[in-house]
Amino acid sequence: MSTLTRPAKVATDSPARRPSPRRAGRRGAYKGVLFTLPFLLGFLATYVVPIGYAFSQSLHEKKSTGLGFGPTRIVYTGFSNFASVLGDGAFWASMGRTLLFGSVQITVMLGIALLLALLLDGVAARAVRFFRAALLIPYVIPAVVSTLMWLFLYSPTGSPLLDLAERAGTEITFFGGLNTYLSLGNLLTWQGIGFNMILISASLQALPRELYEAARLDGAREWRIAWSIKVPNITGILVLTGMFSLIGRLQLFGEPLIMRQIAPESINTDFTPMMEIYDKAFKVGDYQYAAAESLVLAVATGILAFVFYRVTNRKMS
Amino acid sequence: MSSATQAVRATKATESSGGGVRPSRRAVVLTTGLLVIFLLYSLAPTWFLIVSATKNQTDLYSTFGLWFSSNHLGDNLQEIWAYHDGVFFRWVGNSVLYSTLGAAGSTLVSLAAGYGLSKFGFRGRGALFAVIVGASLLPSTLLAFPLYLVFSEIGLTNTIWSVLIPYFINPFGVYLGKVYADSSVPAELMEAARIDGAGELRIFYAVALRLMRTGGITIFMLEFINIWNNFFLPLFMLNGERTFPVTLGLYSWLQQAQTARDMNTLVLTGSLLSIVPLAIFMFALQKYWRSGILMGSLK
Repeated sequence: MSTLTRPAKVATDSPARRPSPRRAGRRGAYKGVLFTLPFLLGFLATYVVPIGYAFSQSLHEKKSTGLGFGPTRIVYTGFSNFASVLGDGAFWASMGRTLLFGSVQITVMLGIALLLALLLDGVAARAVRFFRAALLIPYVIPAVVSTLMWLFLYSPTGSPLLDLAERAGTEITFFGGLNTYLSLGNLLTWQGIGFNMILISASLQALPRELYEAARLDGAREWRIAWSIKVPNITGILVLTGMFSLIGRLQLFGEPLIMRQIAPESINTDFTPMMEIYDKAFKVGDYQYAAAESLVLAVATGILAFVFYRVTNRKMS
Repeated sequence: MSSATQAVRATKATESSGGGVRPSRRAVVLTTGLLVIFLLYSLAPTWFLIVSATKNQTDLYSTFGLWFSSNHLGDNLQEIWAYHDGVFFRWVGNSVLYSTLGAAGSTLVSLAAGYGLSKFGFRGRGALFAVIVGASLLPSTLLAFPLYLVFSEIGLTNTIWSVLIPYFINPFGVYLGKVYADSSVPAELMEAARIDGAGELRIFYAVALRLMRTGGITIFMLEFINIWNNFFLPLFMLNGERTFPVTLGLYSWLQQAQTARDMNTLVLTGSLLSIVPLAIFMFALQKYWRSGILMGSLK
């Protein structure tokens, strides 16, 4: 049907004016929906339905019958799970711990990435390619494998780091107290430096050269140019990356879970919110409570993302 | 070492040709020194892994970790091959399967949806796009448990679909798909194809998909790497050893290494082996790397 009317419509368009995508679209608009349909159905099945189902589950609790010895059954308890999660000190402690740890670790990581990007910005192209590729290797290695590698390096037996420390006459431990955070932070920093360096390099290269060419001609030193001209011009991207990394850190899971294998006393099952959810669901077997925790974490993440979005938007405009 | 001198020479070359202020010798040494230190930091753990993969159990503990002793790589490989009828290689196969199918499916779904959003002005398009951008900001880890609840209810857990279906649906991929469709598929061309009598589906696969090729490869690459590295979704969904991807398999070995027999040589050699396919993949697509990383960073 629409094919018949189409040539006529095109003819009425003045040849000089491009048909805007909106106008072009309207004629077969429903076809656009068809193209997005596979995604829409999948989105429904993997986002909307699971969240809805998790919500309905979280309104129930598992209660055992017959003085706690009979079979368990699921009963509706309203928002009682959410009340428990909101009052769950350990859960909020895990969230605070992750955010605090994440802020420090991400700052260090971005600092190093910035330093390397600035150093590379002053080096010739051939050397840059080499360093960039080499510094990016940790990013290419799957997180599970890099955690395993560092785990062996942190292991009390056979670690070359301990050998080196011993030769230097000192003793180091990788777990317990602050050391646990340093070890985990080192692992995450190691993984993230290369990726963030590429990111920062790209925004450095995007800066117009005139910005600092004049200062250079005036005889300003390179580090001065870097600190007073280049860095202030890319703070926006640094803040943005930092914030999104922090949202990612709130979901920290695999690395501490794997590290727990050799340091169970230093990394508890509720070390991060996701570890706590995993433990509640699959070790304790309380699906309903884990579902409530998942939703609270999702909402907390959403709020954090929204706040960041508002803050950065205001800054940009 | 040669890299360091190369860097120094390179620095000198640009500075003298650039006509700017020549950096002092101290600055050059400092720059190169710092770069080399971080280079060593980046490479040392991988070096340790390579060295360790060549050692047997006793050498692993009794010799210095950053240098070779007698070579037992062959024995270690043999041991991996023999363990549970070579289940390790099945894991690698699973990883290849999940990554390839998952990334291919997600790329196709994303490009189609992005194309639909970009080129057709249906009602609710703006709202839908806002939802997609919002969803792409949500880390997928958050959904793992709700997904598990639904999939276990309908008996999908522990099947290949329990991991593939979530991989197919990638809001960030749709966002990229729309960006690529906006920039690389001209409306005039679609109009011309329509005049020639081509159906919408045909225009999509014969015209649009071809024009969005670079975008498609970038989405495929990002998704492939994501899936290969993914750990939590398989951990939640799969519990039969034979369905594991290699990341989960290595984790299960590490767990056993803590309790039962000492499997550290297996874990180390397996870890090294598991990097190889991804390295080959990345090398093959190195052209798309930088744009891919920069695109991925938009997230």
